Amino acid sequence: MASIQDIQNEIVEEFAMFDDWMDRYEYMIDLGKSVPVIDEQYKTDDNIIKGCQSKVWVHADLKEDKVEFSADSDAIITKGIIAILIRAWSGQKPADIIAADTAFIDQIGLKEHLSPTRANGLVSMIKQLKMYAIAYQSQLS
Amino acid sequence: MLDIQKIRADFPILKREVNGKPLVYFDNAATSQKPQRVIDKIVDYYSMYNANIHRGVHALSQEATDLFEASREKVRAFFNIPQAKQVIITSGNTHSINAVASGAHVFVKKDDEVIVSAVEHHSNIVPWQMLCERVGATLKVIPVLDSGELDMKAYKELLNEKTAFVVVNHVSNALGVTNPVEEIIKGAHEHGAMTLIDGAQSCGHMKLDMQALDADFYTMSGHKMCGPTGIGILYGKEEALNALPPYQGGGEMIDQVTFEHTTYAGLPHKFEAGTPNIAGGIALGAAVDYLNELGMDNIAAYEHELLIYATEQLKEIEGLKIYGDVANKAAVISFNVTTLHPYDIGTIVDKLGIAVRTGHHCAQPVMERYSIPGTVRASFAFYNTKEEIDIMVQALQRAVSMLS
Repeated sequence: MASIQDIQNEIVEEFAMFDDWMDRYEYMIDLGKSVPVIDEQYKTDDNIIKGCQSKVWVHADLKEDKVEFSADSDAIITKGIIAILIRAWSGQKPADIIAADTAFIDQIGLKEHLSPTRANGLVSMIKQLKMYAIAYQSQLS
Repeated sequence: MLDIQKIRADFPILKREVNGKPLVYFDNAATSQKPQRVIDKIVDYYSMYNANIHRGVHALSQEATDLFEASREKVRAFFNIPQAKQVIITSGNTHSINAVASGAHVFVKKDDEVIVSAVEHHSNIVPWQMLCERVGATLKVIPVLDSGELDMKAYKELLNEKTAFVVVNHVSNALGVTNPVEEIIKGAHEHGAMTLIDGAQSCGHMKLDMQALDADFYTMSGHKMCGPTGIGILYGKEEALNALPPYQGGGEMIDQVTFEHTTYAGLPHKFEAGTPNIAGGIALGAAVDYLNELGMDNIAAYEHELLIYATEQLKEIEGLKIYGDVANKAAVISFNVTTLHPYDIGTIVDKLGIAVRTGHHCAQPVMERYSIPGTVRASFAFYNTKEEIDIMVQALQRAVSMLS
């Protein structure tokens, strides 16, 4: 498995191919369609992250020493960002997820979606992904 | 007839670009833009006559007081309010509602009923819920029909001898539907109930006559009628305002203070504790002057024309559904396209320079009524144009093709 940094760099390179925002958005929307959709049994109120605008559901499993994330959102652009984050962070070791940052989202020109005032649930989702990593890390040690 | 190009030149913000495109501002139900002369008034106040009002003997204080009170008089005339002292200057529409609800225990007793409507925004639900909890009253809700209109038959059935207060908005912010407030007020009064009409969405868009309307209280938002933020109005009938206890204690609202007992000042100062938003109050007067010059009837007629045009054009988009598509409504269109999420649509059209509101519009019960997460809401003002509506429709078509 490639490292989080490698995957993030790869995503930045993929997005660099597009000159204008529309192509970037279309690509992101396509990625959103590929996100491992959360199992219906985990799409519960306990796993919901309420943004004012869009809802996000997140679930995480520990498989051996790696964390696997699945998630969903009712808004497709939000789901696209989730897909990008999950592609980089899912299947990684908890310690690496805890150490990861989201600067690559800025680099691909989608920074505005991670603004805490945008109320789409993404900032809380990132916090939640890290919380899962911290919880599994303590389980492993 | 309004000269829209000339009017647009009065609004500096309409010259700016967003995401490299000329701004198309269709979020007027959230806040209106400000003409240069309103902006100038704020700067003038702080540059020329910044002083506290109603207390100084010096010239600056007198000048500032005169300007602030002149605004009150302008507001009085604008809404055909009998006396200037019935114009309470508040920090906004929400403050105005809370000022009434917090003292409304003098009107609402244990086991009484307070009626609100199903199309209220949270500002006109929560203060009344708090009141009901405090006094042990029950909150009743006028249901909304599929059309977005209130179920008036159900309203009449809700009215009874326990009804103590009826509270509705004049125009729903989430749907834009104009409610039959005259009939609602009349029904309430026949049962001896007090009434408050929330005019946040009506005040800058239609001619309002407080004496003809006959509500006991009516609330307005300054920033939704070309004035600055942080300023609002509470109108009340004299006897209703006299009966209502003050909302906040402090300076300005007193007559005499001793540690044993304080007597309150008369209207309007009883409800204006502390230093008010002086600059905002003065600038609101300039906004009223501006609206008067254009003429509220002209504004209402032109905005209605925009509404009709936009409704026709939007209906050309396949799968677009308008919520509250009725004849009697303000220039607000709340819609969804197929099952696309409003957040996604709003994000794409923003990239194209268009400001619309998306989400539940602080009216979650309305969204629940239609089982939707929210809507896209385009709301127009007199400085908008049909060309801008065309730009929005094209942008929506692009968004739909990207997201589908």
